Amino acid sequence: MTVNSDEVTREVEGRLLLVHFLRDHLGLTGTHWGCDTSNCGACVVWLDGEPVKSCTVLAAMAGGHEVRTVEGLEQGGELDPIQQGFMQCHGLQCGFCTPGMLMTTRALLDRNQNPTEAEIREAISGQICRCTGYATIVRSVQWAAAEQAGTRTTVDAGAQS
Amino acid sequence: MTAVSETPVTAFEDNDQSPVGYGRMLRKEDPRFIRGKGRYIDDVQLPGMLHLAILRAPMAHGRLVSIDTTKAAAHPKVKLVVTGAMLAEKGLAWMPTLSNDVQAVLVTDKVRFQGQEVAFVVAEDRYAARDALELIDVEYDMLTPVIDVRKALEADAPVIRDDLEGKTDNHCFDWETGDAAATEAAFAQADVVVREDIVYPRVHPAPMETCGAVADYDGVDGKLTLYSTTQAPHAHRTLYAIVAGLPEHKIRVLAGDIGGGFGNKVPIYPGYVCAIVGSLLTGKPVKWVEDRSENLTSTGFARDYVMRGEIAATRDGKILAIRTNVLADHGAFNGTAAPVKYPAGFFGVFTGSYDLQAAYCKMTAVYTNKAPGGVAYACSFRITEAVYLVERIVDCLAHELDMDPVQLRLKNFIRPEQFPYETKTGWVYDSGEYESTMREAMRIAGYEELRREQAQKRERGELMGIGVAFFTEAVGAGPRKDMDILGLGMADGSELRVHPTGKAVLRISCMSQGQGHETTFAQIVAEEIGIPPADIQVVNGDTDQTPFGLGTYGSRSTPVSGAAAALVARKVRDKARIIASGMLEVSVAALDWEKGAFHVKGDPSKSVTIQDIAMRAHGAGDLPEGIEGGLEAQICYNPSNLTYPNGAYICVVDVDAGTGRVKVRRFIAVDDCGTRINPMIIEGQVHGGLTDGVGMALMEIIAFDEDGNCTSGSLMDYLIPTAMEVPDWETGFTVTPSPHHPIGAKGVGESATVGSPPAIVNAVVDALKPFGIRHADMPLTPSRVWDAMQGRPQPPI
Ligand code: FES
Ligand code: FES
Repeated sequence: MTVNSDEVTREVEGRLLLVHFLRDHLGLTGTHWGCDTSNCGACVVWLDGEPVKSCTVLAAMAGGHEVRTVEGLEQGGELDPIQQGFMQCHGLQCGFCTPGMLMTTRALLDRNQNPTEAEIREAISGQICRCTGYATIVRSVQWAAAEQAGTRTTVDAGAQS
Repeated sequence: MTAVSETPVTAFEDNDQSPVGYGRMLRKEDPRFIRGKGRYIDDVQLPGMLHLAILRAPMAHGRLVSIDTTKAAAHPKVKLVVTGAMLAEKGLAWMPTLSNDVQAVLVTDKVRFQGQEVAFVVAEDRYAARDALELIDVEYDMLTPVIDVRKALEADAPVIRDDLEGKTDNHCFDWETGDAAATEAAFAQADVVVREDIVYPRVHPAPMETCGAVADYDGVDGKLTLYSTTQAPHAHRTLYAIVAGLPEHKIRVLAGDIGGGFGNKVPIYPGYVCAIVGSLLTGKPVKWVEDRSENLTSTGFARDYVMRGEIAATRDGKILAIRTNVLADHGAFNGTAAPVKYPAGFFGVFTGSYDLQAAYCKMTAVYTNKAPGGVAYACSFRITEAVYLVERIVDCLAHELDMDPVQLRLKNFIRPEQFPYETKTGWVYDSGEYESTMREAMRIAGYEELRREQAQKRERGELMGIGVAFFTEAVGAGPRKDMDILGLGMADGSELRVHPTGKAVLRISCMSQGQGHETTFAQIVAEEIGIPPADIQVVNGDTDQTPFGLGTYGSRSTPVSGAAAALVARKVRDKARIIASGMLEVSVAALDWEKGAFHVKGDPSKSVTIQDIAMRAHGAGDLPEGIEGGLEAQICYNPSNLTYPNGAYICVVDVDAGTGRVKVRRFIAVDDCGTRINPMIIEGQVHGGLTDGVGMALMEIIAFDEDGNCTSGSLMDYLIPTAMEVPDWETGFTVTPSPHHPIGAKGVGESATVGSPPAIVNAVVDALKPFGIRHADMPLTPSRVWDAMQGRPQPPI
């Protein structure tokens, strides 16, 4: 499979989960694991451009496909606007849910350049953050949207339209 | 002094401030987190590392008859299988809990809760370790479990703790506080007495990262390195030394980055001890990381208090006294995390924010066949239960008097001039401006307007509720004369070194689980000595590198460790002043300090910066008489009192009359945590706590069926709020510094978890007023709200 643009080839057990493949076999520990039941979303990565819960995908199923993880967000030493947004708007505390949140919201912004608060909340509704209370995550995504659109300084994080 | 916020910092342009001291500043830890470069427990990979998995009991109560590990041991990838009997031979089958009880590391005699640790396997990879668990044959004799806390003390209840000598019942402890006779007298003269049974159900902190450890024992130099998810690295190190008999200087506890703790990562769990034993026996690093169901079913729960609240008042709403009787479910082992002399934690603050004549509490704690715990889930020890009780019962009184709940509170608040205020249960509140804080929340909420809207909606049959709560927390444990955990005084050390070029390293004893200590503590030091936060490295979570202290829980980081950081910086500044006087050739008294530099009084052009001084302290040339080289200091801060953050919360809910579904429409939180170090981080802490509050009030419960099966063992069953269940939070603040704290800060990490559940429940009950409801217990799920609407509110347990 391709992981963050690198070709990787490995022999693995058929039952190996993608999340464990990424973490234990490739050392990409930015993708986290947080539940047994596909509820938390700490494990979200992209599979062929779609956010998926990597705890619910077998590594073998990803064979021949393209995987992108949080480690692949930064390009050429430049942080992705969504990464900057989370830092700027305090969209993270312990950071454990953050990689999954970043991958989901990056995908959201790719489809919808100016999501509303409701759209952002819905996009991350399959993911749990125990620290932030979500409002700052919403602001982070709005920050990133504004940054990409070049309208950042005119946007007020207090106005959650 | 009370300063009221007019414009909270929300505009994006403000985000790049980099104050030398307090103020909004982006976090120093974030660059690694947003790149996926945090170092959490499961990220630790050591050469040759093995994986450990734990076999857990399937029933709540059962005698262990036999255990056969032959097949598991024969698995080609298995290196070790350990049972309770094997641990018993080494004297390691039992370990002390944080409350001077003992807890089984692995079952030797009988199972006391579902999910209890029975055996462990160490194997080459995590999948093989799990496979091998299936190969262990265990035979149990089923015993009747004790699940209903109200029946635990019945004469025919099976005795859970027959391991304790002479134990013939399930009694754990009794505790009382206040004055029973004075309270009875106050009740006797009251016009109105209101009584309500109020349950705070069992809940779980459930941090997104579960608990785990990697033990790495070096047989040659006898050193154990333990990476573990611990909020209290130093306390853990000392306890391992005591339990395992390892010399303390040969134990290094490393906490790394922690993916949330909320109290869950305060205790020592059997899994940590198993990992240590696994490494001792195999000579290899051994990793144990629990799965989510293990986390929810076996590690520290919180609350589980069945309370009867009584409040006595005059007809015009002057509260005279509060009395409560509590039945506390401590599970199979008393693992409450609290200072030893406080078996009920700080529940004694159940008198709340009110000026009373008398108060009394009597508590009985019992053992049941449930997981041990009693951790402070994002609260200072048992404060959440206390605040919930008082804020609920005060609302019940408002209901009875037909008085506005805000007016009732305003009438009874402790007034600013009464501070320091000693409560009727002996707590000395440091400071507060309760009325101003309450009025600020009302202003933001538009309280009167909301009441008008509610009245209109009620006429149309719509169920809108407005809930109010005012809390006072007691945090920052604590003065070592009264407070210790297993004999360890609750003081905290801090060490500051300024390097020759004026960059500094601060080492602290507390441990961040996401609160942002690397940022806030750098700001505290920056405020005191004027070195920019970017130039200050904060080290925590490594017992070899940091001074002793009891860790982070009960909102004690800022009140205790933060004070230590400020004071150690002042100590460095004092030395810097002497060196500066030598450099400027004037007396110490002739110098003025302006953040970052000393200058000669009356001649600001003669000045040396802290960086100049640092170089001089390490450089060539003479220093003033009696001054050693170097610019560093160490202290241990012993707080003189707790700090008492407080706040006013207002919640607006809409209840669907057709389904009983509660929607939190607005939530206004005005917090007074004294001096504010980083408003952005404070706001984040408050938001997180409010979300916890929504979870507890509406969704979360660790429930059991009558056989003792935990029915909340996954995130499918234990519901945690997502972005869909919470509103956009509205926050505000007032500032009433703590007079006894070096920087006036009070701590805020847990305020919102404490204050929000009663505000939400009060709002739901207010919405249900047309049904004549005065009380309904958490969690207010649609079905439970529906039951209440049908006139049959049920306790959750
Ligand atoms: S680990 Fe929880 S959803 Fe994948
Ligand atoms: S930042 Fe801790 S879980 Fe989201």
